Amino acid sequence: MTIQFNDETFRDDYSFRNSPWAIKRFPFPFHEDSYMYSVNMEQHRGGPAGSVFEKRFDVDEHYISEMRDRAIVLAEDPLRCQSLPHMTLAGWDLLELIMVSKSEDYPDLFQLYRDGNRWRWVNKPLGIDDSFTFMDETTLPHGPMEYITRQTQGDFAVLDQRDDNLWMDAGMITTQADWSLDFDIGMNFFEWHAPVPLAHEMGIFKRALKFLMNVQQGAPARRLNWTMTVNPLLDTSPENYHKWGIQKTELTAENIGAKQHLRVELQTFYRLPRSNALVFPIRCYLIAFQDLVTMPKWGRRLHRVIRDLPEELATYKGFIANRPLMLEYLSRFDDGLPTSPGVWADLETEPPLQK
Amino acid sequence: MSAAPQKAKAGAEKIDVVVSAVVPINELVTRFEFQRPDGAPFPPFSAGAHTVVEMKDKGRTRLNPYSLMSDPADAGTYAISVRRDDQGRGGSLYLHRHVKPGDRLTITYPVNLFPVDLRGRKHVFLAGGIGITPFLAMIAQLETLGARWELHYSVRNEALGTYADQLTARHPGKVHVYYDDRKQAIPLGDLLDGQPLGTHVYVCGPKGMIDWVHRTAADHGWPDAHVHSEEFLAPQPGKPFEVRLCKSDMTILVGENESLLEAMERCGVEAPFLCRGGACGQCETDVVEHDGTFIHRDHWLEEDQQASGTKIMPCVSRFVGKALVLDR
Repeated sequence: MTIQFNDETFRDDYSFRNSPWAIKRFPFPFHEDSYMYSVNMEQHRGGPAGSVFEKRFDVDEHYISEMRDRAIVLAEDPLRCQSLPHMTLAGWDLLELIMVSKSEDYPDLFQLYRDGNRWRWVNKPLGIDDSFTFMDETTLPHGPMEYITRQTQGDFAVLDQRDDNLWMDAGMITTQADWSLDFDIGMNFFEWHAPVPLAHEMGIFKRALKFLMNVQQGAPARRLNWTMTVNPLLDTSPENYHKWGIQKTELTAENIGAKQHLRVELQTFYRLPRSNALVFPIRCYLIAFQDLVTMPKWGRRLHRVIRDLPEELATYKGFIANRPLMLEYLSRFDDGLPTSPGVWADLETEPPLQK
Repeated sequence: MSAAPQKAKAGAEKIDVVVSAVVPINELVTRFEFQRPDGAPFPPFSAGAHTVVEMKDKGRTRLNPYSLMSDPADAGTYAISVRRDDQGRGGSLYLHRHVKPGDRLTITYPVNLFPVDLRGRKHVFLAGGIGITPFLAMIAQLETLGARWELHYSVRNEALGTYADQLTARHPGKVHVYYDDRKQAIPLGDLLDGQPLGTHVYVCGPKGMIDWVHRTAADHGWPDAHVHSEEFLAPQPGKPFEVRLCKSDMTILVGENESLLEAMERCGVEAPFLCRGGACGQCETDVVEHDGTFIHRDHWLEEDQQASGTKIMPCVSRFVGKALVLDR
């Protein structure tokens, strides 16, 4: 289908909206009525047609507006994009991966012409038509990682693999769930995950690291993660907490349906071929509670998950104070009926709300 | 998570190839070059990566890992150089005797267990014999990147100095060759002492050489993280033994000339693997019960894990005794 790109904002007047198409394809993250951590990895090899899992790098109606928001963040804070000197090769790997994937997956939007190292990249939605020499940084307006991630939705953590560990040595991080690249740069996998509760005791990170270090070329993987965000903010960074943190106190019973958003990250993992680095794209999808509950199964399930979530997790995810308000709202969409297994909305088979 | 859960596949993704050239290098070593049947480019790879070559040898499937030695920038051709091992289990003999230009083979996507540390201010390569192969790719990659490197290459004699002449001619001043028959040896201690801070050293060769480099580097105050090595182990033959696989609910016999992993595969048990050489950890298997002695040969398990009798790496390790039950 041809994508109709929205003209919208993720700040100030928050004109961000999901169309009925975007609501239907939202990556709802709960496959059952409760949630606990797990290394919930699967192969990233497509998915149902139209779903966010179908393409290697999903492009949706928010593309142009998200890229505009990223440019604003970078103009205010250039340290959101950093690449240690040894990561330039990984940057070229990433540029190649995205250009090849997008031009193959969306030929009407993106085109790549290659003649040896002479490359031409056409990005129609953003009006870009650049010719450059692959592996020659002087022929691009930015470094290779920054150049391509200014044109690709989602954050990108580029991890060097050495000494039996992964190292946060490069990244483009402007749509993050409250973590900072500038703080984490150069850290290893255990260091940057240190603040996460419970999971260490469960041995989650040791297993996850082992899995990630074994992600091989040609066999990318993916998982979902989630949190909560008041107002459709992409940039919920520690650097700007003074701007957005306070907004969590503005939630009321009247505005919660429109203001409270479930924030889901589609995290994918690719081995980069020339550098042997691992790229970790973190794509953020936002949905207002009032849109989410239009899918009866999701409304029932989200209520149960939020109600039964361990306190540590609700605290870590930053919504413990608003949980009573959320439950009051969500309980209106939970009639106690059973839900079908799996993440899909199953609109045709799940009964409408019985109250 | 999203769609139906997919089972992890055994081994890396595969690529069909045509043998485009078979080039004898010397009495023992032959280079095999591969292209894709449709002429498509290969995936780029990082220097130090290996591929597992699948050979159909009279109904028996052989899977041997070999370092990719071609220039990583050349997506048209992958190349490996194989040393004929007359005492080995037959993979190298099969390649030398039976594989001809035009033959079809299956290889895996590149997997890198011996990457270059790109932070290095300088890279010193120490090669013994056929251990030269990953360094050929590393040299090509570092030349492209304009990084500093030097090679110290120990060979038996001039006739068996695989690629030594070519390397010396192409990189005069950076390549140093040492001949055993002239009683020459890599002056390791002096070499290590003379390096600038930020240098990384890489060794590939026989086990004795690898141990020597690690030991000497430690003695000379080098941090572990700056000393890199790769040694593929070929599974060694041994006395046949019986294994009970409880998840698969079967009892199998591991023959004299096959590994435990190969025996499982022969019996239709899908077991995970990547390197098949005791290095990557992918095939690690839990031991449920045993009455006997393990012959651990891998580089993966810690010494205490090996001693505990609770884990085995079926790609290279064996067992002698009355009973072995595995969680597979």
